[in-house]
Amino acid sequence: MEFSELIKTAKPGGDGEQGTVELWLLIRNVDAVEKRFASSSGTITLKCKDLRVLQLEIPGMEECLNIASSIEALSSVESVMMMYPFFYRPHSMKLEQGWHLYLPHHYYQQTSAWRLSSVNRDFATCSTYPSAIIVPAIVDDEALRKIARFRQGGRFPVLSYYHKKNQTVMLRSGQPLMGPNKKRCQEDELLLKAALCGRARGFVIDTRSAQAAKQARMTGGGSEPKAAYLGWKRLHRPLERGRPLQESFMKLVEACNDPSLGMDRWLSKLESSKWLSHVKAALSTACLAAQCMEREEACVLVHGAEGTDTTLLVTALAQVILDPDCRTLVGFQHLLEREWIQAGHPFHLRCAHSAYSHARLKQEAPVFLLFLDCVGQLGRQFPFSLEFSERLLLALFENSYASAYGTFLCNSEKERSLCKVKETTHSLWSWLNQPNQQKEYLNPLYSYNALVIWPSVEPQSLQLWQGLFLQWIRSSQYLDEAWAEIQRLVEGSKTPRTNGAAHSQRLLPH
Amino acid sequence: MEHIRTPKVENVRFIDRISSRKAALGTLYLTATHVIFVENVSETRKETWILHSQISSIEKQATTATGCPLLIRCKNFQIIQLIIPQERDCHDVYISLIRLTRPVKYEELYCFSFNPKLDKEEREEGWKLVDLNEEYNRMGIPNNYWQISDVNREYGVCDSYPTEVYVPRSATAHIIVGSSKFRSRRRFPALSYYCKDNHASICRSSQPLSGFSARCLEDEQMLQAIRKANPGSDFIYVVDTRPKLNAMANRAAGKGYENEDNYSNIKFQFIGIENIHVMRNSLQKMLEVCELRSPSMSDFLWGLENSGWLKHIKAIMDAGIFIAKAVAEEGVSVLVHCSDGWDRTAQVCSVASLLLDPYYRTLKGFMVLIEKDWVSFGHKFNHRYGNLDGDPKEISPVIDQFIECVWQLMEQFPCAFEFNERFLIHIQHHIYSCQFGNFLCNSQKERQELKIQERTYSLWAHLWKNRVDYMNPLYRADHGQTQETLHPQTAPCNFLYKFWSGMYNRFEKGMHPRQSVIDYLMAVKEETQQLEEELEVLEERLSNLKKVQVNNNKVKNMQQDRNKALRLSASNNSIANTPQEYSNNLKSFPSRSPSQGDEEDSALILTQDNLKSSDPDLSATSDQESGVEDLNCRSPSGGCLPSEDSGKDPDSDEAVFLTA
Repeated sequence: MEFSELIKTAKPGGDGEQGTVELWLLIRNVDAVEKRFASSSGTITLKCKDLRVLQLEIPGMEECLNIASSIEALSSVESVMMMYPFFYRPHSMKLEQGWHLYLPHHYYQQTSAWRLSSVNRDFATCSTYPSAIIVPAIVDDEALRKIARFRQGGRFPVLSYYHKKNQTVMLRSGQPLMGPNKKRCQEDELLLKAALCGRARGFVIDTRSAQAAKQARMTGGGSEPKAAYLGWKRLHRPLERGRPLQESFMKLVEACNDPSLGMDRWLSKLESSKWLSHVKAALSTACLAAQCMEREEACVLVHGAEGTDTTLLVTALAQVILDPDCRTLVGFQHLLEREWIQAGHPFHLRCAHSAYSHARLKQEAPVFLLFLDCVGQLGRQFPFSLEFSERLLLALFENSYASAYGTFLCNSEKERSLCKVKETTHSLWSWLNQPNQQKEYLNPLYSYNALVIWPSVEPQSLQLWQGLFLQWIRSSQYLDEAWAEIQRLVEGSKTPRTNGAAHSQRLLPH
Repeated sequence: MEHIRTPKVENVRFIDRISSRKAALGTLYLTATHVIFVENVSETRKETWILHSQISSIEKQATTATGCPLLIRCKNFQIIQLIIPQERDCHDVYISLIRLTRPVKYEELYCFSFNPKLDKEEREEGWKLVDLNEEYNRMGIPNNYWQISDVNREYGVCDSYPTEVYVPRSATAHIIVGSSKFRSRRRFPALSYYCKDNHASICRSSQPLSGFSARCLEDEQMLQAIRKANPGSDFIYVVDTRPKLNAMANRAAGKGYENEDNYSNIKFQFIGIENIHVMRNSLQKMLEVCELRSPSMSDFLWGLENSGWLKHIKAIMDAGIFIAKAVAEEGVSVLVHCSDGWDRTAQVCSVASLLLDPYYRTLKGFMVLIEKDWVSFGHKFNHRYGNLDGDPKEISPVIDQFIECVWQLMEQFPCAFEFNERFLIHIQHHIYSCQFGNFLCNSQKERQELKIQERTYSLWAHLWKNRVDYMNPLYRADHGQTQETLHPQTAPCNFLYKFWSGMYNRFEKGMHPRQSVIDYLMAVKEETQQLEEELEVLEERLSNLKKVQVNNNKVKNMQQDRNKALRLSASNNSIANTPQEYSNNLKSFPSRSPSQGDEEDSALILTQDNLKSSDPDLSATSDQESGVEDLNCRSPSGGCLPSEDSGKDPDSDEAVFLTA
């Protein structure tokens, strides 16, 4: 297929004059196209995945129709291989840069009771796991294959995070396939026993309600029974996922864009969207997981059903709370690689459409956005503890939905390998980590904080993420000025110090 | 004191409202001015001081096995629960407090016994800090259009107005007196703000006594005079800040609003701000939401909406924006009134002034603004904030709403205000504390009769002295944002109005950001300044060095000094950056909490002239929260509340974990 087949009118109206403003919009960013006609001209409204709304007035009915249908066709191209990252070739960057930012064996070197397994070398054991994963040393690859058959999607329990401070671990997996007959799997039980490393207690945090977990048995799933897993206790923390989460996102965006709302109706729309309730629930559950490790000195296993959505939300957030290394610019990128991208969060499916699309919902859900929102809440409560600023979170949101880079393409490492993503697209990280870009995303107030950052999850402490949801609605001029002023103050404190040091050097008697 | 039935009760438990597990054992003292709780823990002896005038309600709850609970709610939104072992003691404390918190004479209030050890001159200087004549001069008045009038000398025309009132030059005493007879409580139109650049002004008054058809020639002439004082415009706006329905209802009582047909060249406008009773109930409802224990997000948002509080704040702001726009953009003068012209009118005039004039966004200017639009024009502080025992229906958070409007603006324009949030919170505190004389009584006349300035101290001097605590590090006098009229975003803008947890949950430290950007930046700013000064010295030395070879020793000393300074400042930084250490290392934290000086004399002296608690944070300062929260008691883990699923599945270990 040639793209040109889809383009019916390439350039309407007169020639571009010199000095005109250019707007470049990635077509993939278009979430919905709306047309309106009045006599001889038409208006196209482009509603974008990054929540921006653009209106184009186009003279000539036919041209307008052509353009609208071209954009519609181009923006709904489904084949991954046809996406922009495969064609994007900036001069300043090299293709292979940034793709090996995070390698599992770096992480693995910290531990001894654990081993790096290549059982998934060809993605045969688990299609959504990366080729290398970390598991208890005493469980061999054969056992892992058996366990994979007992866990949904083959997602056997793997190491997610190792808490150096007290050597506790967090694992994640898919749900056990117990079914109505309460099937068991000896190897699975052994693995979890080994994961305790001799500790008395572990907690299984199930991101579904107890009821939902029980019901899942009817369809072949379930949750670990206490009797079979000695020392492990189950906690249920229901988190919203899938369609209700997507609808929550859509409702919130609709409320933000509705100028007719009075103060009362705005608050009730905000409430009924439930978005902030989801933020509160996600943060609470992550705090619970962190608390189990840090305070109870216990091991944790997190799973829901598939183990690719709310599970990752909880494990990734808990790490930001617990581990100062995850709060640096580079550490956060490692975390995203490890806990979202390589862990098999299906970005392609979840981020196929954003909040405006009229298309029938398939598997869209803003789980990753919810994660970014929660990280933003942490940043607001601990303004010195994250090395990166809100701008990084915004850039990640935009790139997860539409990007020139290959980082968020596909649903798993297996798919990425089939599509040769790493060989033929640029990595977002290599772009972000260029010194001039990095500066854009750094928090001037950052100072390394070794402590666990326990957030408050009271409703009074959680705020609507204005920088994202109101980005295109309200002017941020004054807030940007304030940000620039903060940068100026902090930078300013450095200049006299370096100058002073230089002068006193010269004053030193020789 | 005859009202104190029992001055001291031991083994009282003091309960942190958020986590009932953190009860502290200690001793409760009742003094003439304060309730004091001192913890038993010997090394800290943490003290909590509560002024009687801050207490808004005391509730004795049903006795339990552990004792008799007493719930104290404060006007600065602190809530304290005490458990007193003996029912009889609890009753005595309760009865004593009931009387102590409802003084009947002004002389019982704290400001008459408060003595900050200043001499007479210092006190007088303090009262001179804010001078309204100077302020009108700053506006450019008197001039060709406006003059000071002595018509209210001895409060002969209007007893709730100041003696010095600014009116149009063409308004003769006859017109003023005539107009005053046609206005509720004789509050005739007078100048609140004048815009030098285009001669537009904001005037204020009470409602006209127009009933269904009454007219008053002098009142019509008065409005005419206001219009003429602005040669650039051929009409004025008359803004009635009440809902239209309320204004119409007033007509039946012989009051009401201006008929456009009777007044030449006015444009009449209603702006529906609700009355004091609606506002009182709204605050009450919102505080109930703030008091909920671990509310769900829905409970909170629903409750916030149901209280209507933010809607009311927005209404006040909208009125201010309308007036500021009329004055700045259209160049049209505005007359503002409500019913009596001392509540909504004060709110709206001061919000408009704040938007229009950058001076009011400075520390000093804000004091002047409150003095001008609230204190001098007879806002009834005593009635509204219940300083003396009185009619509870007169109480209403009128100035609290204004203060919140300012905060909402600060959130939208972070660089436009010279002062910070703490400044607002401390002013709110002292409006209720009665520790300074500024806000006593209902009018200037009453204050003069009480000789307030001779017998009490001025809050403004106290705040000015500690001004370094109230500075906004992001403020720059040369900034564009700072010098212009502020244009807050209007529609759609509901989402810009936020719940102010820093005020209404200010004592729940755990809810707020654990690291203070403002304090840190202030420290950075100061340090930079110091370093720059040092740099200057160094540069000077360097140039000297080129001319003459100076004594080596001297330079060495200099170098050592500088190194010392750098080390000091570096250590300051690291502390500011790790707030988790606040609780262990309170004294070295660079934020200059005004109460820090008080820490030295931790010995408790229970005398009447005890100077403690001159600062609203006092009861809270020693309550610094560590960065690490006890999650068992808070909701991150859903701590005290079993999830809805627990119990349904016998396999779940919920309960076991929570009690573990």
